[in-house]
Amino acid sequence: MRVLYFAWLRQKIGLAEEEAAPPPDEVRDVAGLIRWLAARSPGHAAAFAEPRLVRAAVNQEFATPDTPVAPGDEVAFFPPVTGG
Amino acid sequence: MATVRVQEALFDLAAETAALTAGRTDVGAVASFLGVCRADDGLAAMVLEHYPAMTERALRRIAAEAEARWPLTGCTVIHRVGRILPGEPIVLVLTASTHRAAALESCAFLIDWLKTRAPFWKCEEFADGTRRWVEARADDEAAAARWGEQVAADAPGEGAPARRQREAEPAAE
Repeated sequence: MRVLYFAWLRQKIGLAEEEAAPPPDEVRDVAGLIRWLAARSPGHAAAFAEPRLVRAAVNQEFATPDTPVAPGDEVAFFPPVTGG
Repeated sequence: MATVRVQEALFDLAAETAALTAGRTDVGAVASFLGVCRADDGLAAMVLEHYPAMTERALRRIAAEAEARWPLTGCTVIHRVGRILPGEPIVLVLTASTHRAAALESCAFLIDWLKTRAPFWKCEEFADGTRRWVEARADDEAAAARWGEQVAADAPGEGAPARRQREAEPAAE
């Protein structure tokens, strides 16, 4: 699974992207992936400390906490968008 | 078919407007929105980050939604990324139609939806070297919500199955 980070999540984690292989029986959706990633490092924990500030996309589509994730997916995490 | 571009370079409002009406005599109205970088609180520059694999598709889908809702003869959405200086343009939305109501309404719709449904993030750089990520505004979300839910399928030519786009909700709560 390819995991991408944007804006202040990228800065807190110190990575723009990483490969992740969460156990599929433990991590089934976006919310589960966040819980699993948050335990990876202090930077991850800081980035995901306030989940209400985090948005996600799965395979380049906006996702919700219950959106399924699976091996091979591209999952991105970012703050609420501020374009325009 | 909408024109959608994401670019670092400046764009030319007059040239883009001319391109929308070139060779046609059925256009009665062109509406435009030009977003410009302000120098609030000593801002030195705005740095626009985006999600390249997703951005153009998101913009194309938003443009397709406008074309499904209003009888447009054309529309253009150009969003800049990278470092933008105060006074420079950030985003351009142009809509063309036979009559003004469709052009004006769809132009407002496009910029409202773009602000809440396209993966761009603004980081402000100040003269003293500090940086600050711009926070999403509740009134932007309210402005987008007044247009209701999406009715159109994916943008033509994408080859993806029709599906409703979800609003950007918290990823976990």
